[in-house]
Amino acid sequence: MSCTAREVTAAVRRGAEVMSAHRDELVELDRAIGDGDHGENMDRGFRAVVAQLELAEPATPGAVLKLVATTLISSVGGASGPLFGTAFLRAASTAGDAESLDGTALAASLRAGVDGVVARGKAEPEDKTMIDALLPAVRAAEESAGRGGEPAGTLSAAAEAAEVGARSTVPLVARKGRASYLGDRSAGHLDPGARSVALLLAAFADVEGAE
Amino acid sequence: MKKIINAPADVVTDALRGMAAAHPDRLRVHLQPDFVTRVDAPVSDKVAVVSGGGSGHEPLHVGFVGSGMLDAAVPGAVFTSPTPDAVQAAVREVDGGAGTLLVVKNYTGDVLNFETAAELTEAENIGVRTVVVQDDVAVQDSTNTAGRRGVGGTVLLEKIVGAAAARGHDLASCHEIAERVSAGVRSMGMALTAPTVPHVGEPSFELADYEMEIGVGIHAEPGRERVELESADRIVRRLLEPILEDLPFREGDEVLLFTNSMGGTPPTELYLAHGVAERFLAERGVRVTRRLVGPYITSLEMQGMSFTLLKLDDELRQLWDAPVNTPALTW
Repeated sequence: MSCTAREVTAAVRRGAEVMSAHRDELVELDRAIGDGDHGENMDRGFRAVVAQLELAEPATPGAVLKLVATTLISSVGGASGPLFGTAFLRAASTAGDAESLDGTALAASLRAGVDGVVARGKAEPEDKTMIDALLPAVRAAEESAGRGGEPAGTLSAAAEAAEVGARSTVPLVARKGRASYLGDRSAGHLDPGARSVALLLAAFADVEGAE
Repeated sequence: MKKIINAPADVVTDALRGMAAAHPDRLRVHLQPDFVTRVDAPVSDKVAVVSGGGSGHEPLHVGFVGSGMLDAAVPGAVFTSPTPDAVQAAVREVDGGAGTLLVVKNYTGDVLNFETAAELTEAENIGVRTVVVQDDVAVQDSTNTAGRRGVGGTVLLEKIVGAAAARGHDLASCHEIAERVSAGVRSMGMALTAPTVPHVGEPSFELADYEMEIGVGIHAEPGRERVELESADRIVRRLLEPILEDLPFREGDEVLLFTNSMGGTPPTELYLAHGVAERFLAERGVRVTRRLVGPYITSLEMQGMSFTLLKLDDELRQLWDAPVNTPALTW
């Protein structure tokens, strides 16, 4: 089984609900080591995405991902806008015009998205950023897809790995972004960007699993 | 949270509407995307100078739009950089055919969004150059991080490069001058209290009554250390010594001293600190020949201050002295 534009749209909508539900939590995480706007920005961005989805019904998974990308870039701001936007944009390019994505195509899109974030943000593993959730997620997705996993399984594997990856940021000292200005004092806090990645992938997996 | 607002989500838009009402002779305010242009933009054959960044630092940047300084400013949400499409729209509106210089504070979000905007704009055949201001000496681990924050030096750079553009310098020359200012400017700040971002509703950090944060950023990011409150003499020394050591400024150097309130510190304390700083620098043989004192780059209502020192030469001094007519800076 593979996922179509309808499922990708449903996944994005679920992602928006989760961002909204966790808005305050993300604000709090960001207040601890940044400036406290992450939850607000992600919630605003995904609300805008849902509004755009009301206006248009993209026909392919790639078109849905592209709509998400351009909307996030033009409505989130901060570092999260270009980074999450780039992730969805690269994922959209890789998805191309395909009518549906199987596990392998999904993993390839995720890989392209992660590579985009790495290139744009110039962060490395253990810098205490969203990369620490994204890299394990894409590796898990590729392994699952390699074993012939379907989209649901691929996304579940990615979500679980992202969750573990996000938690791994707690003891780290930030070396990128605003938290890096805290130096050692950033240790002991969960990175809000990594948390968002974990939440989003869990939301996407949730929808795929239910289909 | 006690603030004079309606809804937290509308703060930036409502403030921009107020600016439009207050300065119809100087500014034109555009909404969705939000940006502010000088009323007579575009000025043909003049390099356009455009800056922007999160709101909450007023008068930076919107208050510095006008002749002799910025052609446009692009405010983001509070403490959040603007999006690339807003920057692109502003550039389109003010480019007079001689290209645009983007002034960006070194914060990851600002850099990423302006970088994306520059790419989009170049695709429209508008010449764009970017200068990234990174003057905050509080952040030392700059080799493998996002680098130093851009803070008070931005105000001085915007004034000077705005004057250069007004005098008819071309884009390459404006960019060179901007890089020269950037290379010779250093800042450091401190805070007594935290600001409260309207959509967060609670102070950005906890600081006890007897504490102060040294090296604080303009988004209330904690700085180098948290220590017990001291006398103004000692605070001034804590801020100026790292600045002097960093460039370094040498005996006999001519500088502009910018004493800035973070928003909540009143003129009495600011002038007091400025006086101490003048004496401190005079004792070290650093010649202060130009000054700026006031709340020019703020962090909402945060109590605190920052110093910025800019090494001057004849050209930079003349550009600083050149006429400027903006809501926040006029001579």
